[in-house]
Amino acid sequence: MHWNSVGEFFAMGGRAFYVWGSFGACALLMAVEPILAQRRARAVRDTLRREKLADELDRTLDRSPG
Amino acid sequence: MNPSTRTPTAHPLSRWLFHYASPPVFYPLAGRLMPWFWALAALFGVAGLYVSFFVAPTDAVQGEAYRIIFVHVPASWMSMFIYLVMAFWAAVGLVFNTRLSGMMAQALAPTGALMAVLSLWTGSLWGKPMWGTWWVWDARLTSELILAFLYIGFIALQASIDDARRADKAGAILALVGVVNVPVIYFSVKWWNTLHQGASVSMTKSPSMAQTMLWGMLLMALCFWMYAIAVALTRVRAIILEREAATDWVKHALE
Repeated sequence: MHWNSVGEFFAMGGRAFYVWGSFGACALLMAVEPILAQRRARAVRDTLRREKLADELDRTLDRSPG
Repeated sequence: MNPSTRTPTAHPLSRWLFHYASPPVFYPLAGRLMPWFWALAALFGVAGLYVSFFVAPTDAVQGEAYRIIFVHVPASWMSMFIYLVMAFWAAVGLVFNTRLSGMMAQALAPTGALMAVLSLWTGSLWGKPMWGTWWVWDARLTSELILAFLYIGFIALQASIDDARRADKAGAILALVGVVNVPVIYFSVKWWNTLHQGASVSMTKSPSMAQTMLWGMLLMALCFWMYAIAVALTRVRAIILEREAATDWVKHALE
C-alpha cells in the first residue's frame, strides 16, 4: 500500500482528472450497457406476454355462448 | 451401415454444434450461463481494481497517470477481439445459413463499439498528460478510430434493413471486409513510426514491477472479457425473442 491518505489516493499524484476520467467512463458505460440490454429483453418479453394474453382472451370470447 | 440411420449431420461434433445453434436450445442455455459470467466479471473486476490501485506501484516515469493502462489495454484488446468473434459468427452465418450466427454477430456489435469508444476515450485521457495532446492522426489511433466506425457502420447498416436475414447478410459482408483492419491496428506500432508506445506487456522497469502490472492488466482484461460475454448473452436473448416471436417454442418458453 503506497497511499498515505484517502486524499492522496483520490489526487492520483495530480493526475486525478485523467485517471478517474478513464476509470469513471468505463464504470459508467459498463453500468449503462447491461441496463439497456436488460430493458430490451424485458420489453420484448412483456410485448410477447401481452400478445399471448390477447390471443387467449380472443379465443375465450369466441367460444363463449351467445 | 444401415442407411436409414444416416443423416447429413452424422458426425457427433457437428450434430452437437447444430443442436446448440438452434434458438430454442440456446435461449435457455444462455439464460443459465449469464449469471456465471456476471459473477466472474465482478470477481475479476474487484481483484483487478485492487491490483491496479493498491498493489501496482507508482511508475518511475509516468507517475500515477500510467494506471490508465489497466482499463485502456483491456478495452483495446476487447475492441479487437470482439470484432474478430463478430466477423467469425458473420462468416458462419453466411456459410451455414444458421439463424443464431447472425443474432450473435448483432448482439456483439454494440459491446464492441463500446470497447472501441472506451479505448479511444481512455487513450485520449492518457495521451494528454503524457504526449501533451488529446489526439494525433497516427497509425495506431487512426486504425482504432476506423474500428469504431466499422462497428457503428455495421449497426447502422443492419438497422436500415427491415428483413432480418438480409440485414445479417449485408452486415456479414461489411464485417468481413472490415476484418482486415484488426491486424493493421495490432501491428501498426511495428509497421509505422508512431507516437503510441509498443506492446505494453514487455514494458520493463524492474521485474517485480512488470509482474504486478501484468497481473493487473490480465485481471482487468478477464473482467472485460467476462463482461462482454455476459452482456452479449443478455442481448442475444432479447434478439432471439424479437426474431422468433411468431414461433411456438417462444410462446411456450414464456410460460
